[in-house]
Amino acid sequence: MSDTIADPALSADTPAKVETPFQRFRAEFFESKIATGALAVFLIIVLLAILAPWITPQNPYDLAQVSVMDGRLPPGSEAFDGYTMWLGSDGSGRDLYSAILYGLRISLTVGLASGVIALLIGMAIGLIAAYAGGRVEAIIMRVVDLQLSFPASLVALMMVAALGKGVDKIILALVIAQWAYYARTVRATALVERGKEYVEAAQCLGISRFRIVFRHILPNCMAPLIVVGTVQTASAISLEATLSFLGVGLPQTEPSIGVLIANGFEYMLSGRYWISVFPGLALLLTVVSINLVGDHLRDVLNPRLKK
Amino acid sequence: MSAVLEVSGLKTHFFTHAGVVKAVDGVDFTVSKGEIMGLVGESGSGKSITGFSILGLIDPPGRIIEGSIKFNGEDIANAKEERLQSLRGNRISMIFQDPMMTLNPVLRVDTQMIEAILAHEPVSKQVAWERSRDALGLVGIPSPEERLRAYPHQLSGGMRQRVAIATAFLNKPDLIIADEPTTALDVTIQAQIIHEAQKLTKLTGTAMIWITHDLAVVAGLAERISVMYAGRIVEQGGIDDVIDRPLHPYTVGLLGSVPTANRRGKRLFQIEGMTPNMLALPEGCAFGPRCHARTDACRMQPSIEDVDGRNLRCFNPQQAAETVK
Repeated sequence: MSDTIADPALSADTPAKVETPFQRFRAEFFESKIATGALAVFLIIVLLAILAPWITPQNPYDLAQVSVMDGRLPPGSEAFDGYTMWLGSDGSGRDLYSAILYGLRISLTVGLASGVIALLIGMAIGLIAAYAGGRVEAIIMRVVDLQLSFPASLVALMMVAALGKGVDKIILALVIAQWAYYARTVRATALVERGKEYVEAAQCLGISRFRIVFRHILPNCMAPLIVVGTVQTASAISLEATLSFLGVGLPQTEPSIGVLIANGFEYMLSGRYWISVFPGLALLLTVVSINLVGDHLRDVLNPRLKK
Repeated sequence: MSAVLEVSGLKTHFFTHAGVVKAVDGVDFTVSKGEIMGLVGESGSGKSITGFSILGLIDPPGRIIEGSIKFNGEDIANAKEERLQSLRGNRISMIFQDPMMTLNPVLRVDTQMIEAILAHEPVSKQVAWERSRDALGLVGIPSPEERLRAYPHQLSGGMRQRVAIATAFLNKPDLIIADEPTTALDVTIQAQIIHEAQKLTKLTGTAMIWITHDLAVVAGLAERISVMYAGRIVEQGGIDDVIDRPLHPYTVGLLGSVPTANRRGKRLFQIEGMTPNMLALPEGCAFGPRCHARTDACRMQPSIEDVDGRNLRCFNPQQAAETVK
């Protein structure tokens, strides 16, 4: 290439290293102390929940380890088996510290599983709506509108009433209650992206529709999806707690955080605050940390909110 | 030289709620192998729609209602979508105006270029990568291996347009439609891009339609020129004929409004009025109401005639040339 023309821009913007969009995003995310802290809290909660069988003195699901004699003990009491119940025990003698960690496992599983499944389903439906247009889009979006006009808790309540108890059924109910949020977000973003020139350019290169939708449009819709995903996961966790609190979620034998809070509710007025308050705090901490991370993600991923 | 593209009587109309927009209303032109044809006109004159019609990328409510687009002898005006998809990016490529917008921001350059090859040819990724690298080298991008790994936001506007040009030439197409490819670039980069495009068409024998509103660009680049106004070609001919001796009052006006060194200090010529509303075109010659040389005859639609070695759609060519001079 002897006749290459010197372009001043060619040398001027040579980056020292190739920075991927992900690296840039990561650097921006960790600029915020609050969000970093919230992420750390959330990761610690996840770690505690995963490690629950090894770091708790009692398996609250194993009836052989639960003694009614230990019921309603205040924080710091010694259990019949000799270990200290730092957070006290509930009415049926479950060590609250153990029960909370085991409960978090269920809550997080339900929240994350329903979040991911609802995201995948809502994403596919939203993309189809945006790309198909016309009647298909109209029908899908009216269904979405219809569902979003009901409170999510009501939809979830109806679904659980119809489906019955159990972790799998709760997840299904939450997916049904939440897919519409994802579908609406994806459709709105995809419609904007579809009108952009790079889509037209890809068409001009003879790239197939399928590839344009999934390889070109979808990655550009990820930012709002991630934000909605975090917020909806937090809301799925609290929704599960709500259902369990109302007694339609998970059975007493598999106490999730919501069940624990409900268990202590009747003792609140008699001064045994710990049975409800500690599981409540655990739930609060989980949901708030996820929401803080989600809020900051929204700020980082939305260029219009940049200072 | 054989004709790569023969467009005749092309009409692309948009059926909107407000009425029918005749964006392209009877356009004829031919582009031969290795030839660069400039398609010139104001915004809204239908030049981009002509380009998109050739590629079969007219979205509803628009459609091609008449005419033929013969590409290598095959009429593709009403071809099936699969056929058009196999031509796009393969035999006919497109270069767009804004290089900031035409590369997908989340995909690396290599992903996008390799994809353009693999969409049309069953070669290995390695072969596609090597061809992409060579193509980048050909458009004057230094250390192409490194650029292939970059994301679009890491490249300057001029570099992105080079990438777009390299991508357009990847499959050695017979025809490239360049839709104002230098409008978004500053003048020095413009000159380089034009140089690269010219060099590549010579090298590969690719025909090119260069859509622009900038007569100065076309004057130094194209061999033939078609001037469009309100969906019709008003003057068409060899570049020297049209630029040196324009016959249509609109071409005269356009040329008069280009600042040149030997007219220093004088007021630039201005074409009166505005581009007509495409929903309510004036009767007869669409340029009539803005024309210096209009006569009663202009209330009729002039047909395109052979005048002085070129195609012209005007009743009063001679007077027109004299008005401005």
